[in-house]
Amino acid sequence: MKQNDLILQTVTKVAAFVILLFSAAIFLGGHYSPGGGFVGGLMTSAAIVLLLLAFDLKTVTAILPIDYKYMIGAGLLISSLTVAGGLLFGVPLMTHAYRYVDLPLLGHISLHTAVLFDLGVYLVVVGVTMTIIQTIGESE
Amino acid sequence: MSLLHLAVLSPFLLALIVPVLYKLFRQIHTGWFVLLLPILLFSYFSRFIPLTKQGDVIRERADWIPSLGIHIDFYVDGLGLLFALLITGIGCLVIFYSIFYLSKEKEKLNQFYVFLLLFMGAMLGVVLSDNLIVLYSFWEFTSLSSFLLIGYWNERERSRYGAQKSLLITVLGGLCLLGGIILLSVMGNTFSIRELIAQSGQLMDQALFTPALLLVLLGAFTKSAQFPFHIWLPDAMEAPTPVSAYLHSATMVKAGIYLVARLSPVFAESGTWLWLVSLTGLITLFWGSFSAIKQTDLKGILAFSTVSQLGLIMSLLGLGAAALHYDSMGENIYLAATVAAVFHLINHATFKGSLFMVAGIIDHETGTRDIKRLGGLMQVMPITFTVAIIGAFSMAGLPPFNGFLSKEMFLASMVNVLELDIFNLDTWGMLFPVIAWVASVFTFIYSMIVVLKPFTGKLQLSLLERKPHEAPIGMLVSPIILASLVVIFGLFPNLLSTSIIKPAVAGIQPGFALDDFPVHIAIWHGFTPELWMTIGIIAVGLILYLFFQKRQKPLLLLPDHLSLNAVYDASLRELERSSSFVMKWLMTGSLRTYLLSIFSFFIVSLGFTIYWKNAFALDTGHFAPVGFYELLLAIVIVVAAIAILFAKSRLTSIIILGAAGYAISLFFVLLRAPDLALTQLVIETISVSLFLLCFFHLPLMASRKEERMSFKLNNAVISIGVGVIVTLIALSAHSNKLFDSISSYYLENAYKEAGGKNVVNVILVDFRGLDTMFEISVLSIAALGIFAMIKLRLTRRKAKS
Repeated sequence: MKQNDLILQTVTKVAAFVILLFSAAIFLGGHYSPGGGFVGGLMTSAAIVLLLLAFDLKTVTAILPIDYKYMIGAGLLISSLTVAGGLLFGVPLMTHAYRYVDLPLLGHISLHTAVLFDLGVYLVVVGVTMTIIQTIGESE
Repeated sequence: MSLLHLAVLSPFLLALIVPVLYKLFRQIHTGWFVLLLPILLFSYFSRFIPLTKQGDVIRERADWIPSLGIHIDFYVDGLGLLFALLITGIGCLVIFYSIFYLSKEKEKLNQFYVFLLLFMGAMLGVVLSDNLIVLYSFWEFTSLSSFLLIGYWNERERSRYGAQKSLLITVLGGLCLLGGIILLSVMGNTFSIRELIAQSGQLMDQALFTPALLLVLLGAFTKSAQFPFHIWLPDAMEAPTPVSAYLHSATMVKAGIYLVARLSPVFAESGTWLWLVSLTGLITLFWGSFSAIKQTDLKGILAFSTVSQLGLIMSLLGLGAAALHYDSMGENIYLAATVAAVFHLINHATFKGSLFMVAGIIDHETGTRDIKRLGGLMQVMPITFTVAIIGAFSMAGLPPFNGFLSKEMFLASMVNVLELDIFNLDTWGMLFPVIAWVASVFTFIYSMIVVLKPFTGKLQLSLLERKPHEAPIGMLVSPIILASLVVIFGLFPNLLSTSIIKPAVAGIQPGFALDDFPVHIAIWHGFTPELWMTIGIIAVGLILYLFFQKRQKPLLLLPDHLSLNAVYDASLRELERSSSFVMKWLMTGSLRTYLLSIFSFFIVSLGFTIYWKNAFALDTGHFAPVGFYELLLAIVIVVAAIAILFAKSRLTSIIILGAAGYAISLFFVLLRAPDLALTQLVIETISVSLFLLCFFHLPLMASRKEERMSFKLNNAVISIGVGVIVTLIALSAHSNKLFDSISSYYLENAYKEAGGKNVVNVILVDFRGLDTMFEISVLSIAALGIFAMIKLRLTRRKAKS
């Protein structure tokens, strides 16, 4: 059944980017303001799901040719390496390190290994949600 | 980390490199690289001989889980060193032999040597660990590598069967051992063997002593193939012959012996230990030797003979425990049993190793191991025959080989039982020498079969797959070395007595000082009872052997359905049948049934607990005030929940469900939890779209039109029940504050310790980051599971159409 979803498609073209950018913002800001890898990942998936609803699966896979299963693996790898990384420095598992730096334009910001861990979470969440949705969507 | 730690871990490290070496140097047999390591390790461990000879021990510690008292403590004393030397020494010979046994073109050498190295490292870990948990970890590693090696030729059905059998039985025993270790640690409050030995006196009186003893012995007996767990060893012979020679005769099966020897000082005071260990050993000795003479496969005979010899060593260790009860004796005759056990352990490794290699050579050169088809090989393989005759005569207990000496010592110990007057041994002790003598006669017979059947008689070329000739020199080196050791130890037994045997015995019987037991072994010791017994064994054995030669049929064959193997097979079948029965009953495939049982269990278990523990409490003091917005949201949620019941189509219900979810996320906003609100909002969005996707997959009700399910009382009861229980728990949890809330700790430390201002996120990625780590692992598994299931269904559907 082909519907006329011109409005949805037009809005999506703009909204998807806004959502993606917003998800990146709450992912990065997670340590200081509401957000983090989990919500960020979910929001990114929401943006992709919106694309899926507006267009069809084929178009979306053409835009984002990603195998989400590998994304899960990559995320798990990054997280577990961050967890284990402390062992190399003789501190217990899961010990994070951080320091504050002053960068031009960006100003006073903190660099934190927790972001790496959160990046893993982010990738896993996007990977998991999209794997499930894509597989179920494809099977129709 | 010390050099000793590195030595034990080195096989694991080399195992990592082996696949690379295999890929890089295809022209060179991978075995040559691997061979270097056991040679190095053997010379490394040899340097400890002078130290342990003086009664010194070497200990090294590395931390593993210090908070639980688990340290990687390695400890070299006489007993551990003896095993380490056996593992590395026989390891050298076996790897050298395997280079010529396994062709580098046809075999998956990378896998073979990785498994073998894993085993070598694990076995070194077992015999050198002082910490029982570390010992247990290595112990299971040996079972695992044995499983992999038995199943090495995994295209053969028998290999897979044998591998599974050995894994099931040895891991079952391993789990029992773990139970025993935990009980020991509960009693002694330590995992260290040394510390447990130090308090062995107090352990005896504790209620957990006997359970711990039984569990530890179960572990040892399964590993060392003691009756009735011996059934896995003959099937393990499907492994390549170097593996059989190494794991299943010289080292791994002796891990159980090692454990019994190592823990003797802890348990040996008790009569249960003495009776169980010695009697199980004797029964195994008898049953193994009796079964061996019925075999027609050369390796089958050797397998049962290994079973029986392990039983022999086990029974000696059991009797050695008697020494503890006679510490006033000038020359303690029961210590002789322990000495005999250690000596026979070494001898068994030499003669059985050489015999296994001979069996491998025969198999390699003729293509068969069936003694009915073999014969007359003496003419074509004179060197192999010489080795075989030395090994077999030593096994039979004939002079001047080392087997004669330890066999005599064994018989002497059995005769000494007659003088024991503890634990009812004075009435039943007569059994010991009698069983030992009968079993020795059978041992004599099968030893003769091993050497005489293939090598004498007529060579029947038509029965063999290829024309036999003498093995290449490389394959002969290892058995020749072992056979020369058999002769050397036979002629000069005192080479070993003070350097190796005495320190090892001191490890088993720490209550005696090194000078308490002069270990002196002599070939001629006068016309003692044991010498007469040996003469009797040879006479009766020869008569019976000739008798069996004539009558081709074996005597007294147990019907197949009564054998232990049949019991094992039947229980495995039964296990599969009953579990599939339960699965079929539980897993109906209907989601609704699953939910019904899950929720019913939820209601009954939690409801009962609340009632029984009188856990319900209501304290309105902490409640947040209910304002206009809260009331409004609550009304929205209630209305939505009820509306779902009356929705005409699924689509409507999904959307209403989403509305209820959004209303809940607004609650979080009201209660100032922005993180939760954000997450709930996005989750709600995604799950609604997921629902919409799954929507197409739900079966349509009759006639393609969606119909509402009619009202069902039990469904109503269960759904209301879940709601009530959850509400009760939420109220009680909020009213009962047994502990101070941890939130203040997080609030104080989030910025100080973790440098984050968003406490929720700091908890997620830092304070409780491991939780998150495992949560995302579970999520990943779930996603891959869904992927696999749907793809599988799709391909099946395609295959159908």
